[in-house]
Amino acid sequence: MNDNFTLSCPIPISEYPQILLAHGGGGKLMHHLIEKLFGPAFANQYLDERHDGAQFTLNGAKLAFTTDSYVVRPLFFPGGDIGKLAIYGTVNDLAMCGARPLFLSAGFILEEGLPMETLWRIVQSMREAAQAAHVQIVTGDTKVVDKGKGDGVFINTAGIGIIEHNLLISPKSVRPGDAILLNGDVGRHGIAIMAVREGLSFESEIESDCASLAPVVLKLIEEQIELHCLRDLTRGGLASALNEIAKTAQVSIAIDESAVPVREDVQGACEILGLDPLYVANEGRFVAFVAPHDTERALKILRDFSPDAALIGSVLKAPPARVTLKSRIGAQRILDMLSGEQLPRIC
Amino acid sequence: MRFIDEYRDAALAHQYARRIAQITTKPWTIMEVCGGQTHAIIKFGIDELLPKQITLVHGPGCPVCVTPIEIIDKAIEIAARPNVIFCSFGDMLRVPGSTTDLLSVKAQGGDVRIVYSPLDALKIAKENPDREVVFFAVGFETTAPANAMAVHQAYLQNVKNFSLLVAHVLVPPAMEAILSSPNNRVQGFLAAGHVCTVMGYTEYEPIAKKYRVPIVVTGFEPLDILQGIYMCVKQLEEGRYDVENQYTRSVRREGNRKAQELIREVFRIVPRKWRGIGEIPQSGLGLMEKYQEFDAERKFALADRSVEEASECIAGLVLQGVKKPHECPAFGIRCTPEHPLGAPMVSSEGACAAYYRYRRERKDE
Repeated sequence: MNDNFTLSCPIPISEYPQILLAHGGGGKLMHHLIEKLFGPAFANQYLDERHDGAQFTLNGAKLAFTTDSYVVRPLFFPGGDIGKLAIYGTVNDLAMCGARPLFLSAGFILEEGLPMETLWRIVQSMREAAQAAHVQIVTGDTKVVDKGKGDGVFINTAGIGIIEHNLLISPKSVRPGDAILLNGDVGRHGIAIMAVREGLSFESEIESDCASLAPVVLKLIEEQIELHCLRDLTRGGLASALNEIAKTAQVSIAIDESAVPVREDVQGACEILGLDPLYVANEGRFVAFVAPHDTERALKILRDFSPDAALIGSVLKAPPARVTLKSRIGAQRILDMLSGEQLPRIC
Repeated sequence: MRFIDEYRDAALAHQYARRIAQITTKPWTIMEVCGGQTHAIIKFGIDELLPKQITLVHGPGCPVCVTPIEIIDKAIEIAARPNVIFCSFGDMLRVPGSTTDLLSVKAQGGDVRIVYSPLDALKIAKENPDREVVFFAVGFETTAPANAMAVHQAYLQNVKNFSLLVAHVLVPPAMEAILSSPNNRVQGFLAAGHVCTVMGYTEYEPIAKKYRVPIVVTGFEPLDILQGIYMCVKQLEEGRYDVENQYTRSVRREGNRKAQELIREVFRIVPRKWRGIGEIPQSGLGLMEKYQEFDAERKFALADRSVEEASECIAGLVLQGVKKPHECPAFGIRCTPEHPLGAPMVSSEGACAAYYRYRRERKDE
């Protein structure tokens, strides 16, 4: 090998010699990893779209393709489990491309000693979720790792869907003037998981919002709403999703805090823990960027699926890559992307 | 939501702001002591509603920010030991020590756990009798009773594998240090409501008198803070310097006597170094002789040390209200939440983090 040939890591090793949990947290460090390490290494026209899935045309058919891995702990939580998440998460990524989800793969990484009954329950849950979302699991893989080298079950799913319309649903289609619609209350999934994981109990059990978004998206398309972009609000929550889009589309986004629905029990848990619900994860929530003339019609469709759906803001021309929020008392501030993980405060 | 929404009412907030403007005739500088109040002010944009004559400066009440770097280094040293389970409030994990932080220790295999209460750490100790469980006891008077309770319970239950790394600090000595500094510009204080919930406010009365400075015990919601500012400005305009209580729904003059008794049972008052400020006499809590076996510094025989801070960081001036975060040349450029030079950029109660998160002109990426 040529002595002069050196491959230098674009993320200075001195800054992050190791992967931290925050590199997978949906916030700034994860984006740093994608933009500086994965993006340049794998660069191509599809990846460079920075969308939830790739969209391409094969022999005249427009397809969407995506993948996601599921490492949630605990495996079962109020409102869902890792199996249901693994189906709906990938189905939702396809839906965010405006695609009708068709086929999924399922890869299992199992830890030695996992009770067979646990795996059975997860698989049953996947079967039910796949039926509900009208997708078939058509291929799969199984690996087992030594005890202590996994966390019970890790699941990877990949999915293919078909795009049956001529809209280009992508951050790059977002235009100044677009209305930003949210399909319901935020923060439930993250708080439900945290409550179980940390042994916190509240007066009422908070259930994850984990659900398939394909039906509502397909309905929006069927009703010929002029959709410009869709984004599901998973890790990093609403704030991170809006920042990603503002940055990719080079637009400014302005939202109104008091328009964002948050359920009272979720708000209470966030107040106690010092978390901001705008950064908490969801598994059944998305934002739709819609041409202004279709705002009312789109909102009505969203409300048919979830009565809490709301118009939360709009797209402005400048300054680019900026998200601002009108606070409850009426002042303007920046709504930044999550930095690191949200950690509970001291007092 | 009850007890939240009514304190975030936009119309009432603007009404309060108008009333403050009506009574203000001179420029006044008021310090909110607590970092939780700082974040509420910046997050909700409360300062933008105030008349130009009122300047809010941000105080030292951020426990993460004032915990000295030497103690962070000790925490890191303990957490890296193989037989230790190191428990901490989440906020402390990202604070930079002199070379690394607790999150990095965790990434390297250290057993570092986030807990929500010191009693959870005690429970972990009882469940893991063959491991040493250390709880990082930081904070002001607010967190002291629960930490005292954990040690007291460990003592009663004879739990030998539990200890505290103590970095407790007290508010009144810090206020006195700020008031006696030659750089001081603070003319009135909003005292921290939760600290006074525990301690009451009798100890602030001699300070108000000695330094002729009004002190208003204030809550954390936008309307609490606006009302606290109104009460403080009213005193300043009338030439009064009393201790008043805005946060009556939580604070009594004598405080929570049971909690105070527990603090006195377990802790004694000691001198304490404050990060960025220096040593303040009688400003910290350490374990009483009776509870020495629960002192992690003693248990792990950690040597005292002295560490130089990053020279560029002006955290000390920010914590004393002398400078605002964006007046620091490193702010948002060489110092960001991802690469903090000082603790106020890390903590969810740090003033620099509040300015970066809610107010900065974008300079990143």
